[in-house]
Amino acid sequence: MTLGGIDIVMLIASMMVAATPILLAATGEMVAEKAGVLNLGVEGMMIMGAIGGFGAAVLTGSPVIGFLAAAAAGVVMALLFAVLTLKLLSNQVATGLALTLFGLGLSALLGQGLQGIKPPPTARLPLGPLADLPVLGPIVFGHDWVVYLSLALVVAVRWYLARTRGGLVLRAVGENPDAAHALGYPVVRVRVLALAFGGALAGLGGAYLSLVRVPQWTEGMTAGAGWIALAIVVFASWRAERVLLGAYLFGGITVLQLRLQAAGVAIPVQILSMAPYLITILVLVVMSARGGRARLQAPAALGRPFVAVR
Amino acid sequence: MHRRTLLAGVAMTLGLLATGAVAQEPLKVGFIYVGVPGDGGWTYQHDQARKEMEAHFGGKVVTSAIENVPEGADAERAITQLALDGNKLIFTTSFGFMDATANVAAKFPDVKFEHATGYKLAPNLSVYDARFYEGRAVIGTIAGRMTKSNKIGYIGSFPIPEVIQGINSSFIHARKVNPNVEMKIVWAYSWFDPAKEADAASALIAEGVDVILQHTDSTAPQAKAQEAGIYSFGQASDMAAYKPKPRIASIIDHWTPYYIDRVQAVLDGKWESKASWTGIKEGTVQIGEITEAVPAEVKAEAEAVQAKIADGSYHPFTGPLKKQDGSDWLADGQVATDAELQGMNFFVEGITAEYPK
Repeated sequence: MTLGGIDIVMLIASMMVAATPILLAATGEMVAEKAGVLNLGVEGMMIMGAIGGFGAAVLTGSPVIGFLAAAAAGVVMALLFAVLTLKLLSNQVATGLALTLFGLGLSALLGQGLQGIKPPPTARLPLGPLADLPVLGPIVFGHDWVVYLSLALVVAVRWYLARTRGGLVLRAVGENPDAAHALGYPVVRVRVLALAFGGALAGLGGAYLSLVRVPQWTEGMTAGAGWIALAIVVFASWRAERVLLGAYLFGGITVLQLRLQAAGVAIPVQILSMAPYLITILVLVVMSARGGRARLQAPAALGRPFVAVR
Repeated sequence: MHRRTLLAGVAMTLGLLATGAVAQEPLKVGFIYVGVPGDGGWTYQHDQARKEMEAHFGGKVVTSAIENVPEGADAERAITQLALDGNKLIFTTSFGFMDATANVAAKFPDVKFEHATGYKLAPNLSVYDARFYEGRAVIGTIAGRMTKSNKIGYIGSFPIPEVIQGINSSFIHARKVNPNVEMKIVWAYSWFDPAKEADAASALIAEGVDVILQHTDSTAPQAKAQEAGIYSFGQASDMAAYKPKPRIASIIDHWTPYYIDRVQAVLDGKWESKASWTGIKEGTVQIGEITEAVPAEVKAEAEAVQAKIADGSYHPFTGPLKKQDGSDWLADGQVATDAELQGMNFFVEGITAEYPK
């Protein structure tokens, strides 16, 4: 199946790969924001995951251990953020920015000597003959396990937030921490856990870059992916299924514009390069034009420090 | 206005202090990088040259560098910072720093500036560049011989003359040895974005390309080429980690002699503004080891091209050459002038990709 000289099936398959890092990071950040904490350090957590995962995978020869280490690195970064903003009540925006800068610097330091090394390959899931099916094979069955994990996490997060008691408490903490506190819920603990979850997913997203998508370690290799993840959370109005849509849309256009160029389609390349950002802005405009509902969907206590009065 | 006078005042004071203490104080030399030294490519080479230059002068020179400076307004701030820190010679190492460097140079008349790959000169602003297109002629020859699908891919950064020269030179020399060769071009619109460079390489591979040339800074396309089992070339740096395959040769930028030369000139008080454009002959552009993956006769052919460029008997842009639209550019035997090359804004005949406007 081709369109304008481009194999649509391969395009969708590569779009899923391109979208996975931002999908992971955005899902995690959404959970943290649902609990009322704005962590702008996604980029820093991602790059720490990228180097942590890469280092561990190279040392042990196991990409699985690499991804686990990446999640751990993300959690450590997130806990650092939690101590600063929830315990010491520092400004969340400033602390998040600092976390990004810190992560970029520290990862560069840790990455000395890891350049030009090839990581152990992350295997495709052994789905046997299924992967050879036409059309469905490459799209549905042809990926590595992290792609499936990221999709499963979207479903799990959606289910958890909407259907479980824990999810309800998390949302309550994000909407009205004082009320949640009065009801006896541990606001700070819920927020710490949400941040840690966000950190783990950002770390996984970073490791997906350094272990699968690129795959190698290069300083500063996230190149803004964390910021795109943050934008996608707003774009998705804090809903898991829209995070998925946003990430795949963004990943899709990124890949599509490169494929169109390679196929020699006569569309001005600057417009193509602009397209992902342009569409993000367009969607944001359309959404906020609907009577400011997008803003209403933000967790009410997002970014506000919580102090337990009594 | 006030701020400018203040800056100039501070600079002059610093200048006076520096000249007053010239016997003891080492010369401070600053560098601005567009990426990070760990990119394994462009910035890495500048950083290596900086370190070698500093070592060459022993304690007489102290260098400092600011990394990851975006091309644009922020660059001006970073360059100003270096000037205020007392650096007497400042190298700005990316095309996009051109206007920022020129602006800061106007404010600090007693600081010397050196801008890589640009064309704006001032009494205290020099430009330096390397004839990368000479190296492209050599690897284009190899690419034309090594492709089996007759499709070679090119990952471009920005459509500026330096990059266009590289595309044209590679294509001309690939066609020379293989008349059926086609070139697919993808623009990343970034010098350094490993994920995007990797995606660009994947897109080219999906189009059936089996040799990839890159004009971006990271080694990400090398990793993708290795995965796909096709060939690639090191860019700016040797990228030796990807030897012997996919990286079958490389273009290496060797800035050390130029940096030593210019710092020596400042130390001697003989620095003058000039435009320097050197290539294979002077050693600024080097060809990295052609690996055993390349058949001996192809290697010999490429080395012959390199030797002819080095001794000056051959110019990569020698007529007859036509532009993409079929109009005449160079007559038989005619050689492109430097001015023409520095303003190059067209593809040569045979390239099917649309020229980005």
